[in-house]
Amino acid sequence: MSRTRSPSEAFSFARVGAMILRYWYLLSNSWPRVIELVYWPTVQLLTWGYVQLYIAQNSTFFAQAAGLFIGALLLWDVLLRSQQGFAFAFLEEMWSRNLGNLLMSPLKPSEFVASLMAISLVRLTIGMVPVTILAIPLFGFNIWGLGLPLVAFFCLLVMSGWAVGLVIIGILLRHGLGAEALSWSLMFLLMPITCVYSPVAMLPSVLQPIAWALPPTHVFEGMRALIVEHTVRTDLLASAAALDVVWFAAAVVAFHRLLAAARRAGSLLQDGE
Amino acid sequence: MSIIGSAPLFRPRSSLYNGTAAATMRPTRRVTAVTTDAPCPAIEVRDLVKHYGPVKAVDGVSFRLERGATLGLLGGNGAGKTTTIGMLMGLIEASGGTISILGEPMPAARARLLERMNFESPYVDMPHRLTVRQNLTVFGRLYRVANLGERIERLAADFDLTSLLDRRAGRLSAGQKTRVALTKALLNAPEVLLLDEPTASLDPDTADWVRTRLEAYRAETGASILIASHNMPEVERLCDRVVILAAGRVADQGTPAELLARFGRDSLEEVFLDVARARRQAVATDEESGR
Repeated sequence: MSRTRSPSEAFSFARVGAMILRYWYLLSNSWPRVIELVYWPTVQLLTWGYVQLYIAQNSTFFAQAAGLFIGALLLWDVLLRSQQGFAFAFLEEMWSRNLGNLLMSPLKPSEFVASLMAISLVRLTIGMVPVTILAIPLFGFNIWGLGLPLVAFFCLLVMSGWAVGLVIIGILLRHGLGAEALSWSLMFLLMPITCVYSPVAMLPSVLQPIAWALPPTHVFEGMRALIVEHTVRTDLLASAAALDVVWFAAAVVAFHRLLAAARRAGSLLQDGE
Repeated sequence: MSIIGSAPLFRPRSSLYNGTAAATMRPTRRVTAVTTDAPCPAIEVRDLVKHYGPVKAVDGVSFRLERGATLGLLGGNGAGKTTTIGMLMGLIEASGGTISILGEPMPAARARLLERMNFESPYVDMPHRLTVRQNLTVFGRLYRVANLGERIERLAADFDLTSLLDRRAGRLSAGQKTRVALTKALLNAPEVLLLDEPTASLDPDTADWVRTRLEAYRAETGASILIASHNMPEVERLCDRVVILAAGRVADQGTPAELLARFGRDSLEEVFLDVARARRQAVATDEESGR
């Protein structure tokens, strides 16, 4: 046999690369999928951008804090699209009935997850970069001007999105396509309490501790401090990073438990509802 | 002999329609099992149990698949065939019993074993948007197949897929999809091949063609094949041994000839029906005594 057999137990970047290639083939063969990546962020930008322009004309605060809505919108989209990009790539396997082939191949769960992370970054780049560029001439808001804090915001939000995505694919493995709606909707549950568009202080006091337990809350507060007060709140960035580590670790544990439950229940062989 | 050696593994399908070649393409009956030096069987299952709550999907199943042999797993719907295959692939956690594949425990050695195995079923698909070549490239990389491009070209030629390599998988007919799925299943030259109803939904000619290629693959490589099937003529033709499952248990097992002699029947289909009717009668008797 001319096959190469390197140690099978080790994490294989070659297999991760194979899965990234699989998703790249899918995107490059399907222009509607590419358009869909750009479509919603653009619609959101136009909707909220014009709302902000209107409010800024009638409010000194918003006139001085230009980009508050758009900045929040773009960062929210980073959070949402990182989770959806992760979960949708996995759903593609269920929709195409390919999951069985993958699960019976040498691909390890960790390699599968790593490839989902990588492709979510690719999808995020395709979807978000054109929109951030569009915001400059249309609304005079250059999110790239936030500089290094933007890199931190981006990484922290993507990490949160992956953590939620990991739990969602665990649920999909255990419960099948019946749980598909979670991948579309779960993040929206977090939207009001992560205080995307308004400060935590606006929440009822009973909800505020919950909000502060969520990493994105710290990012959105940090973004507002940067845009309104022109201050980089490293304390908020540090707390978001610490919470992200906790969230991601919890998501890994949840994923492994759901995968083990799926093996016990035999649901890995059933990718229907 | 290398599977990607200079000699073609299979004749192109067109030769089936060549008057002079057609006769020689017909299988002679059953390919003799290829023996190896390895003392352990390809698959050894002992007292395998899978319970889903009160339901016993698999209840104390034991069997062996010798190296280079083909084993048929027969049984009606719900007999436990797919659950057994799921446990063999490490996808379903057994409630009890042991599985050894190529001398290693499954699922403990799953990562090592899956590189030496492969699987084909009409109940899983390959991504429709990807071309045949793209699909085979992805799976070849997952199995870390050396000289992948050459391997794909060779198998595509053997499975008469060369003209379809750049066609999207979703645009293939059922027979073409089966050939692609088999090509994928042979990409890594598996030592153990698990097939779940490999000819389901195929016309008789294509099904015969697939069986011929499976026989040729086994003869060429000495691979061990486990086939779960409802197709009795297929099992009679391909399998050295047959395990008949009924309600999660082994109802009987042996060579096709042994089973035919034991049941006093002329075909495995009749044997299968005897087992299924006996099972139904036992259930009816149990229900009556329970009233």
